Formats: sequence, C-alpha cells, structure tokens
Amino acid sequence: MIEIEGLDVVFGRGKQAFHAVRDVSLSVTAGQSFGLVGESGSGKTTVLRALAGLLDKVATVSGNMAVAGETLQQQRSKSFRRRVQMVFQDPYGSLHPRHTVDTILSEPARVHGLDRIAERVVDALEEVGLNASFRFRYPHQISGGQRQRVSVARALITDPDIVLLDEPTSALDVSVQAEVLNLLMRLKREHGLTYVLVSHNLAVVAHMCETLAVMQNGAVVETMSVQQLREHDSAMPYTKQLLTASRGYDRGAIDAFEEFAQ
Amino acid sequence: MPTATLRGWLLAEVPESKSQARCQRLFIGWLAFKRNPVAVIGLLIITSLVVVAMLAPWLTAGDALEPDLANRLRPPGSEHWFGTDELGRDILDRIIWGSRITLYIVGLVSIIVVPIGLLIGVVAGYIGGWVDTVLMRLTDIFLAFPRLILAMALVAALGPGLENAVLAIALTTWSPFARIARAEALTIRSSDFILAARMQGVSTAGILARHVAPLCMSSVIVRLTLDMAGIILTAAGLGFLGLGAQPPTPEWGAMISLGRQYLIDQWWVPTMPGIAILVVSLGFNLLGDGLRDVFDPKSGG
Amino acid sequence: MTAEPLLRVEDLCVDYHTPTGLVQAVRGVSFELGKEKLGIVGESGSGKSQTGRAILGLTAPGGEVRASRLEFKGTDLLHADARTLRRIRGGGISMIMQDPKYSLNPVMTVGKQIEEAFLVHSNDSKREAYARTLEMLRAVQIREPERVYRAYPHEVSGGMGQRIMIAMMMIPEPAIIIADEPTSALDVTVQLQVLAVLDDMISERGMGLIFISHDLNLIASFCDRILIMYGGQVMEECRATELAQAQHPYTRGLLDCLPQLDGGKRELAVLQRDPAWLESTGKPA
Repeated sequence: MIEIEGLDVVFGRGKQAFHAVRDVSLSVTAGQSFGLVGESGSGKTTVLRALAGLLDKVATVSGNMAVAGETLQQQRSKSFRRRVQMVFQDPYGSLHPRHTVDTILSEPARVHGLDRIAERVVDALEEVGLNASFRFRYPHQISGGQRQRVSVARALITDPDIVLLDEPTSALDVSVQAEVLNLLMRLKREHGLTYVLVSHNLAVVAHMCETLAVMQNGAVVETMSVQQLREHDSAMPYTKQLLTASRGYDRGAIDAFEEFAQ
Repeated sequence: MPTATLRGWLLAEVPESKSQARCQRLFIGWLAFKRNPVAVIGLLIITSLVVVAMLAPWLTAGDALEPDLANRLRPPGSEHWFGTDELGRDILDRIIWGSRITLYIVGLVSIIVVPIGLLIGVVAGYIGGWVDTVLMRLTDIFLAFPRLILAMALVAALGPGLENAVLAIALTTWSPFARIARAEALTIRSSDFILAARMQGVSTAGILARHVAPLCMSSVIVRLTLDMAGIILTAAGLGFLGLGAQPPTPEWGAMISLGRQYLIDQWWVPTMPGIAILVVSLGFNLLGDGLRDVFDPKSGG
Repeated sequence: MTAEPLLRVEDLCVDYHTPTGLVQAVRGVSFELGKEKLGIVGESGSGKSQTGRAILGLTAPGGEVRASRLEFKGTDLLHADARTLRRIRGGGISMIMQDPKYSLNPVMTVGKQIEEAFLVHSNDSKREAYARTLEMLRAVQIREPERVYRAYPHEVSGGMGQRIMIAMMMIPEPAIIIADEPTSALDVTVQLQVLAVLDDMISERGMGLIFISHDLNLIASFCDRILIMYGGQVMEECRATELAQAQHPYTRGLLDCLPQLDGGKRELAVLQRDPAWLESTGKPA
C-alpha cells in the first residue's frame, strides 16, 4: 500500500543544511498498522510529513514514494488528498480556533464534492463517540480528548484508505489516551484502514501496531515485528537501550547507557 | 422575542446552528467588552455619531447651507446653541450635517483600506518567498509617503474634493494593515490546523480566505479603530488646507479653517467643530482600546 | 520513619476565586515527607502542581492557600514573614520545573545563574562561588564545566538544561527538592539519565524529594512512596513497590488503562469516573 524508497529530507541549504531524514526505506501493506518509533530528532515525524506532502516549501525532499501503486509527485493529487488523511499531535493546535466543529468537518466534504454533507458530519461525530450536540461548538469549548476525536472524525469524513497518526495521544491524559486508542483500533477494524503511527512511546506502538521501524538521527536503525519487540529480539544496541529505558527507572541499567554518535 | 428567551438562546449550552454559535460567541465578547466602562463610553460616542448622522434631517432646522447674513457671528445662546458662523449659519446644525461627512470619510477609507491591507498582508505572509519581498517593498513605498504631502499631490493632479481627499488618505493608510496581517499570517502558517487544511486538499485561496484571514481580522479591526482618529484628523487637515471638502459643505475641518480668523473674538466658530473632532477621535480611540482588550486580554495596560 | 519529618502538610487547600465561581484546586491534602522520594501522580487538573507550588508559597495571584499545618523542619510556612520565606525558598526547599527553556534566564550565562543562586543564600566571595559552581556542574555529570559555565541556555540540550537546573537548585544545599514534571519534556533515555543524577545527589545529601508527574510507571520505578491525586484530593497513598496491589478504584483504573509493552492487543480498560470520588476524602477506610 505504501512504498518509501531512499527518502532524504534536508532542511535549509549550504552550511545551514540539516539532514533530517537519511535514506529511509519502508513498506506498509494494506490494512496494516506500521509504527515509527524514535526519540526527538530521529526524523520520524519528518518522514510522516514527507509522505503527507506537507514539506514542499520548507525542505528538499528526494527519493521515491508510492501509495497504492501510484508514484507520488511534488504536488499531491486530489485523490491522494482524499485517500490519505492525518491526525496531529496537539489537540489545541489542530483545530481552527474560529471554526465550529461543523465547519471543521464539512470542509473536507465540500472540497471533495461529497453529497449529503450535514448527514456525513453527524455520522462522523457519532462514529467517534460524540453526539450531535457537539456540532456547533467551538474548539475552546471542548476538552482535549474531545478535540482529538474531532480530529479523527475529520480524518474519516472523506472515507480514506490510509490514516497517518502523528503522536495522536501524547498530549492527552492517560485515561483519555486509552479511550482514543480504543477508538482508533475500532475504526481501523470497521473501515479496513491502514495506519502509520509515529510515537516515542514503545508501549503505545506495541499495542497498536504489527510492524515497526526504529529511527535514530534520521535513519532507520531497525525494522521489526511487534512480536520481536516484545521478546526483546533485537540485534541493535540502540533498540535494546530504548526497550530498557521504556521499562522505567532502573539505576543499574542507566549506568550502562551509551551515547549514540550523531 | 422576549428578552428572557433571547438571553436564554444566547447562553444555551448546546448551540443548534452555526448562526446561533456565532451569536453566542459575539454575546460573550460583548459581555467582556461591557466590563470596561471606558470602552463602553467610546462605543456610546460612536453610536451617537451614527444616530445623529442618520437623524440629521429631523434634528436640524434646514440644511445649514443657506447664508443668513443678518445673523452673522451670534454667540451661543437659546436660539443657536453653538452660535452662528461668519455667514450666519447655525453651527450646531452644520456640525450635525457634518457628522454625515465624517462618517462618509471614515466608512469609505475603511472599505478601501481593510480589504487591500488584509489581502496583501495575508498573501505576503502565507506564501513567502519573492511574493512576500515584492509585496512588502510595495508596502514600504506607500508607508514612506507623508499623508498630507501625498494628498496634496493627488489633489493637485485630480482636483480638490472630498472623494479625492479620501482616496489620498486611503492610499497612505493601508500599509500598516498589510504589515499587521502579514505578521499574523507568518505565525499562523505553521500551525497544525493549516497543515490539516492542506491535508484536506483545501486550495491556497481557500486557506487564505477561510483560515488565515479570519484570524488576522481582530488585529486589523483594532488597528483600524485606533487609526480612525488619525484619519479624521487628516481629513480635517486636508479640509483645513482647502484640499478636501469644498465650501459650503459643512465638513468639520473646513469649518475650522474658515473660522480660524474669528478665534479671538468669536471663539465658538472654530472651537465647536474642533470639539466635535476631538470627541469623535477620542470615541474611536476608547473603542479601539476596548476591542483590543476583548480580543487579546493578555496585552494588558 | 522514626526521624522527624522534614515537611508536614495537613489539610492543605488552595482555592481560586474566578469570575465564574470558586475553583477548589487542592482540597484537603495531607502528607509527611522525610528523607525519601515521594511521588505525587495525577492527571491534568488533579491539583498535583498546585500542591507543590502552595508549599513554596508560589501559588498564582488570586489563589488562597489554607492548611491546618504546613511546616518545614518545625517552621510554620503559612505564617512566616517574607524574610523567612525567602531564606527557605532555595535554601531550605527548592523547585525544579518542567522546561529549562522557560525556567532559565535566556540572557544570562548558565554559570552566572548558578552563581547567583549560590550567592543569594551565602556570604561567600565571588571566587568561592565560581569554584562551587564548577563543582556543582561536575556533580551533575557535565563533562566540560568551564565551557558550559560560559554557555547560554539556548546553547545547551534539554537534558543538559535540566541538569543545570538541578545544579542551580542544589547549590544552596536545600533539604527538600520539589520537582514538577522535571523530565516530561525530555526523551526517555535522557529522562532516566537526569533522574539518575537527581537520585544520586539526593541519597548522598540525605535530602527529601517530592516528584510530581503524570507518569505512573516512572514514579513507581523511581520513588519510594506514592500519592495518587484526583480532583484536588489524595485518593491513595502507598509504597512504590506495592503499587500493583493498590486498592482505590481510581488507581486501579489508571493502572489498567495503560498500554503495556507485554500486553496483548486487547481493548484497553477505560477508566470509569465515579463522581463519588470527588466527594469523599478518598483514603480507603
């Protein structure tokens, strides 16, 4: 479903050039949940944004990317914009502060010329567990978890095949995170979606995905199945260290931490 | 609709339509605005200006254009509350009719300046690159002109008159709005909701119109109301120089100009229109401050 | 705990009088702190940060702090005069906050800031202050203290910035450190390294630590004792090692809704909020 080959992303030019993503290749089959794990600066969000086609004015993107067999051009096609959607990390920043929930959800429907817009809006709200009373509220009137649900509803309105998830629950309380993760899993089952999930939280990725790629400093360190992750079946010291760290505080283990070279 | 139900509708937990949601937001904004007594005074002044302008035919004896030389330069009294001018016309009546002209100037300048400033600023800020550079240098050129000098040049080219004066004022006033809109657009363009709009396939024009511009509006409106005083004074200044409204039009600036020779002995002739300008400018200033506090409570002061 | 506790908090309440009504941020929180690591865990709005700030008298203007007892080493913090409070802040109780980007002065070098923190609480010379600053930077595992001394906050990484914060807060040799989400803005490996530095310093100096966080797992593995807060109250108090046997339904709910690395793909248990939790004092009878 998604093929990325030799992706390179460079921000800035000349001496200021910052190589955010180096020669990244990955492959996601239809209906799969693919996790991209890494610490800050690893390039995982940049890979997602490159795939989404959101970097065209800010960075130089090179390499081959294909979605459903169709190679992606500089400018994404209208059908790409319908089939590939994204949910962002910050529930406070991803909804326009002056638009009601109804406007936010109607816009993609209108852009793609869909019919029965009002019906679709109400259906989408119900699907994400929000009733119709939310329709004309403004983002500042609803909670963080509810905003993320609206973001998910917005992503679903065009009936996409692929949803890109950029740390969708990192900014949420733990109890709200559980609700949103459950919602995402249910929607994936019901709509046969393909997910690419970016997260720094190994437990979330292990819960949601089947396959994952560990990134560090712009490159893929290792690609593995979640089963392998669970069994600590990794050859790479970076992955092993990440696994150890995600278990919690262990004074002895910390002494053994290495600094991985830039 | 009875007040109780209207208030209920405005404070309802669950808005049932987009218009209701918008009205609710405006209502809450109004409640915040109301808390500032000085701002309310500003609003009252401006509202009075509008009401007076609308009711001019009923508030005045005539059109205050006909000279009545027998009544020249009468001091303020029971018959002429603000006295009469050098041609015997009632000054209060002329000020009332002049309020229409003030509103005309203010309205026309706003209609020209806000869309142009917003458009240029938002396009420059969002698109960036050479488009930004070109548009900003254009803005700089207009910013560099002193208002009065450009007005005089324009009037010299096009002839004196109120419309030309308004055009001149508009041409020198739009630049700061473009700057403000651009600054806001620069901040907004990297927001997640803009990225989300791009993900949806919204066109650049759509993003500018529905996402970026609405967020720039509050800063622009506040700046407009604060600039209004300056606009009125510039128009008055042009009138004073004889470049704006031509006699016998009761434009307040022109009234001061023609009346200034009487300042010592018949002080009311230039002073009354002067006070009118002062009050209206103050009203706009107070209103602008109040609006700014409502839109951006963090700005304090 | 046989020794005298460093901090005694009894029935702490923090109220905010807002135009829309009374907001009770903290409602009757009680605990004691000895030479140990106490974790206060809760979600947003639980009152955990407000508790930390109230102890130091750093509640935002408009907030009203009340308590039956708020004592640091026998000194009453609620009714202390301004001079006593100034002495205690930094010299007795210190605070480390979340993001060094916002808590370090961006226009002063790191070294100057640490020196300033030192000189406020001592009468030593500038030369002594310089020596102590370098010593402190070394103690927080910063390898080139002279270079970092001359650096500005924006020139150092997040992890180093937090270690600098720790150095700055430790230099006046306080007895208690309150750390409010000190590692939430950091990557997981860096988080643990910073906590290791904190851990070592606290055990070496026999200090007390109040560690405020939303991360239950981290607190359970790092601290000795845990307080779980919800709606401004303490729901449960337990030893970190006994967290898995927690009684209160809120704690159990929090534990159950966390995705686990080893867990299956089962649906996560969703926390059912019982409104009764907001009424009672929370502690199981």
